[in-house]
Amino acid sequence: MSLTEKDKAVVKALWAKISTHADAIGGDALGRLLVVYPQTKTYFSHWPDLSPNSPSVKNHGKTIMSGIALAVSTIDDLKSGLQELSEKHAFKLRVDPANFKILSHCILVVLAIMFPKEFTPEAHVAMDKFFCGVSLALAERYR
Amino acid sequence: MVEWTDFERATIQDIFSKMDYETVGPAALSRCLVVYPWTQRYFGNFGNLYNAAAIMGNPLVAKHGTIILHGLDRGVKNMDNLKDTYAELSVLHSEKLHVDPDNFKLISDCLTIVVASRMGKAFTGEVQAALQKFLAVVVSSLGRQYH
Repeated sequence: MSLTEKDKAVVKALWAKISTHADAIGGDALGRLLVVYPQTKTYFSHWPDLSPNSPSVKNHGKTIMSGIALAVSTIDDLKSGLQELSEKHAFKLRVDPANFKILSHCILVVLAIMFPKEFTPEAHVAMDKFFCGVSLALAERYR
Repeated sequence: MVEWTDFERATIQDIFSKMDYETVGPAALSRCLVVYPWTQRYFGNFGNLYNAAAIMGNPLVAKHGTIILHGLDRGVKNMDNLKDTYAELSVLHSEKLHVDPDNFKLISDCLTIVVASRMGKAFTGEVQAALQKFLAVVVSSLGRQYH
């Protein structure tokens, strides 16, 4: 299910509209992940406060979205573009790749909340495919 | 048996009591057919599903979306016995409709997205967790009679 030229165009167009809100999107998505999928809290046991509006969560949401921004800019070759991040997730963070899917879902939910008009079914399918591609590229160096 | 907190019960009742089934049902099903096009395999006799616009404007899709949501309504009214509530529908989906139960999760995700877009900020993480838990139990009940 690789990205067609149309998918890439839709992703880039949507990103252009939403990127100014990237920090808020990231913070909300991560906060939501920790509440909806409590098992993900195991990766953040070193944070003092795991509640949705905590500084740690907001900050880390920004970090995640800068990774997404990188993915958008390297959308023509996600494997190369995200290689360094893949190595980080594989060898340092050791995040189970199943979690990429549920974080992707949380980001999509936030997009639906914040941009109900723009997040049409066509935008949804392109973003879903994009996040699948990002998740795959992030898992590339695991084994 | 599934344990529901007071918050979860109240949230599910609240979401569905305020829901416009005739809008949300069609929106969720048509989104599912666009985002996960392989699900179109079950709707071969629904006419034009050629592109997103056709799917979203298709009256048979709309009608069926509403039917699906009324099916969920049964669960909303019987949260303490979802297994038995959906036994008959599970047999139907398995024996007659031959629907791969993995598809139930796909339409659940699309319904979650549609509800989120309509509720906006009121769709907090806690509300999302409650809705996803309810839908997960419905999905599990619908898959139970497959063999």
